[in-house]
Amino acid sequence: MVIKVLGAGCSRCHETERRVMNTLVQMGVAADVQRVTDIKEIMSVGVLGTPAIVINDKVKCFGRIPTTEEIKKWVSEEK
Amino acid sequence: MLKSFADIVVYRWLKLQHGAHLADALNFYIYDIIKIFLLLTTIIFVVAIIRSFFPPERTRKYLNKKRSWIGNIFAALLGIVTPFCTCSAIPFFIGFLESGMPLGVTMSFLISSPVVNEVALIMLWGLFGWQIALLYIGSGVVIAIVAGIIIGAMKLERYVESYVFEMKLGKLELSQPTFKQRLIDAWEYTKQILKKVSPWVLAGVGVGAFIHGYVPVGLLVKIAGRGNPFAVPIAVLVGVPLYSNAAGTIPIVQALTAKGVPIGTALALMMAVTGLSMPEAIILRKVMKPKLLGIFFGIVALAIILVGYLFNAVIR
Repeated sequence: MVIKVLGAGCSRCHETERRVMNTLVQMGVAADVQRVTDIKEIMSVGVLGTPAIVINDKVKCFGRIPTTEEIKKWVSEEK
Repeated sequence: MLKSFADIVVYRWLKLQHGAHLADALNFYIYDIIKIFLLLTTIIFVVAIIRSFFPPERTRKYLNKKRSWIGNIFAALLGIVTPFCTCSAIPFFIGFLESGMPLGVTMSFLISSPVVNEVALIMLWGLFGWQIALLYIGSGVVIAIVAGIIIGAMKLERYVESYVFEMKLGKLELSQPTFKQRLIDAWEYTKQILKKVSPWVLAGVGVGAFIHGYVPVGLLVKIAGRGNPFAVPIAVLVGVPLYSNAAGTIPIVQALTAKGVPIGTALALMMAVTGLSMPEAIILRKVMKPKLLGIFFGIVALAIILVGYLFNAVIR
């Protein structure tokens, strides 16, 4: 499973990445978590508001920091 | 009711003397803090719900159909409700231009979004009353519209970094969240914003309370009062390099006006701090050539100065 956290690198993006990491540890799921800061790649997904989460090329959320429960749900969907 | 609570805490529980510097400063502090946090929680939550209906991904589809000055008006108004932080400035800018939105309309959005925000509205409402809050929002929107129209008329597209126009935005399916989901998201957002702005509010109101209790009235009037015709441009020049948000600036500005600084000068300082910041300039430099960036900052600074003078002349 590939989880991408999209965002130029503000505190909101870092918080999102932290939540993803913690959730994965909690669930005991292994995943390839990538930070995407390149603006071209972010735009190619179609989102403007960051942070955004893309799991296995599916956009799960954008423009807000998701809750741990949401991340859990998405990870189990894609597992 | 809040006022009497602050009175009880300071004069009864802490047994401080009425009229003493420390007691008055503390009273002012407690009262303002409670009032601002109540307002912040309520209004951020309501605005977050409204915002969920206007994601930028939809805004851009809507705005590219609007041309000329109608586009500027819509862009400035949408800037109020669209979530914005400095790090979103680049994707917004590129995404809007890519959708075929004219540069001037994009600029209207880019000005109104940081200047006119709900935290500024709440802080002004809580500390100055709703008339000043409305005045601030209104002038912010007018500045955004006018500056956008001027920049549009100047045909400055060639000063946008060329890679911007080569960007391709992917297609994104926008799903409609349920109302319950909107409420949950709004509450999450409110908690995040409160966490982020509370140190600023506590510090800002603290400095404000200090000025309120200790700085003599005559001092500031001499420096920034009506007697100094250059107070407004100086306030703007001071405001640009300052990096703060509305939550941190407004309590200080309120204390300044209480000590005799005219309201127009104070509002100009605030707009310069929130609307024209150095970090924003550095980030926007990635998509704008220096000339466009300079014109953008110049026009907005000029507009803020004019608004400052206008308010100083109208409100006495």
